[in-house]
Amino acid sequence: MKLVSVAFKNLQRKKIRSVLTIGGVAIAVAVLVSLMGFDAGYQRALTGDIDKMGYQVLVTAKGCPYEAATMMLKGGGGLRYMEQAVFDKIVKDPRIDKITPQLVATEFDKDRQNGQGGIVLYMGIDDSYLKLKPWVKFRSGGWFSGAQADEAIIGYEAAELEQRVPGDQIFIPNLNKVLKVVGIFERTGTQDDGIVYLPLKSSQRIFNLPDKLTGIGIKLKDIGSLSAFEEALYNEPGIQVISMAEVKGTIFNLISSAKVMTNSVAIIAILIAVIGVVNTILMSVFERTKEIGVMKAIGASRLDIFRIIWLETTLICVIGGFLGDIFAIFGAQAVEYILRHILPYAPGGKLVLITPILLTGSFIGAIVMGLIAGIYPAFRASSMRPVEAIRLGD
Amino acid sequence: MDNILIKAEKINKIYRLPAEEIKAVWDLDLEIKSGEFVAIMGPSGSGKTTLLDILGCLDSISGGKLEVLGKDVSRLKEHSLVVLRRKNIGFVFQDFLLIPTLTALENVELPLLFSRIPCERERSTSLLKKLGLGHRINHLPKEMSGGERQRVAIARALVTNPKIVFADEPTGNLDTKSGEQIFQILRELNQKEGLTVVLTTHNNKFGSQAKRIIYLKDGRIVSRQDSCLYA
Repeated sequence: MKLVSVAFKNLQRKKIRSVLTIGGVAIAVAVLVSLMGFDAGYQRALTGDIDKMGYQVLVTAKGCPYEAATMMLKGGGGLRYMEQAVFDKIVKDPRIDKITPQLVATEFDKDRQNGQGGIVLYMGIDDSYLKLKPWVKFRSGGWFSGAQADEAIIGYEAAELEQRVPGDQIFIPNLNKVLKVVGIFERTGTQDDGIVYLPLKSSQRIFNLPDKLTGIGIKLKDIGSLSAFEEALYNEPGIQVISMAEVKGTIFNLISSAKVMTNSVAIIAILIAVIGVVNTILMSVFERTKEIGVMKAIGASRLDIFRIIWLETTLICVIGGFLGDIFAIFGAQAVEYILRHILPYAPGGKLVLITPILLTGSFIGAIVMGLIAGIYPAFRASSMRPVEAIRLGD
Repeated sequence: MDNILIKAEKINKIYRLPAEEIKAVWDLDLEIKSGEFVAIMGPSGSGKTTLLDILGCLDSISGGKLEVLGKDVSRLKEHSLVVLRRKNIGFVFQDFLLIPTLTALENVELPLLFSRIPCERERSTSLLKKLGLGHRINHLPKEMSGGERQRVAIARALVTNPKIVFADEPTGNLDTKSGEQIFQILRELNQKEGLTVVLTTHNNKFGSQAKRIIYLKDGRIVSRQDSCLYA
């Protein structure tokens, strides 16, 4: 027989109480893992989304830069337009490696989402788009037949939603325009998957925005020249330059405030769990005063009693930590589903990233929690004088 | 001198309450030699249990001098007292005080665990068998009768091969037949194996069978006598 088996059998004495305490620890650990997984996952997914835009700099019409950046991230239209001439001027800058003009437009389609209606995003692009995003591949079909063609390439999700294949015809409501589907893009895991692409010239004609653009995506030859490049465009009327690194930083700053909240929730959950464990073990110690006295009478030292009680709290936290990790793994899908419905902007990819390091870390954390929570009850138990514990323990 | 296990000289135990002082043991001299069978008798509140706790090093004295196995216990630190108890002293309590979550065998093994003696399952098992509990080895205390539980408690007290066993009213919570059985076990251990036994009892029948009887009243020894039955 070992001390650990004495401790384990003590926990079995009041099964419901032990199960509830273990449940409390498990929930705290699951909350901690989920929140930390969300922190890591959201950051990674957002970084992935921004990096997959393919450009480091976005030139848009003057307005709120964050609104513009967010709209671009969402694949939405920056509702302000700039002249095509701006593009013609910027394109000559020798610092530019790749550049692509974009015109984003939106239309309400009352037949979408099973008759509830929904916004369809259209984006006018030219062949420079694929140079900036070389990872974008065709699932089926191919590029437009000409710059003025009434044709469309559909993002993966939009095509899946509408069950479209090359050769189909799609209808732009309100404009009474029919486009022929010539290609379907592969999944990119970003918001690009939900967009209907048109040739730039065609989109300017169809949406009656001649020589207008909503944005220009730019990749510089040397990112170090970004400040000088921004400076050069500073005096250009009607436009603004948004560095995606700045956008990323700003969004992360916004997220960090939310992180403080989520971390506070996790800390409170852990504190409640620790108090629960201390309470349970202290109650158990007081109930067993007489037994502790007997153990001391038959040869247990202070350290022996301390170890038994400490082992009990550690066992609770080890089992709770393990279950918490399991809950977090299986609950991640549910958490992801809820977050996607709550968050105003949820990037593609996994929002809750639960890694083995996170699981191991939280498990070790639970053990440490058990060791800390056990100190006071173990100290109380080990300090009992045998004769008093035996005679007064009734 | 060598065979004196316990030597108490003018020992006192005083409980100081806010309103009064209670002299639970007062000015008491006592020697217990190896191989003795001593019964401490007296009315309730006479200090029997307190005296037993003091002699078994479970409780401290307020005055006087107490030597257990040649060691002045008032000079020993807590851990030394634990070691002294662990190696030399066994306890049997009136209400058995077994650990309810452990089986009979595990209860008997517990002192070995605390003594860092590798669990001698054989010794624990043979002790239980010797006390007629071979069929109860893996039973929990709640599955056993009072007499059986007290026999487990005796096995637990004996498992570390102590020099002396203190039994506080070991038959107090048992029916007549079981009480008789437990008393005979303790008596046989003393007679056949030379184990020193000190017990408290209210039962004159058992007390009179001890080698030496000490009568306590108000914490003082009022009479000592050797049993004529014991020879």
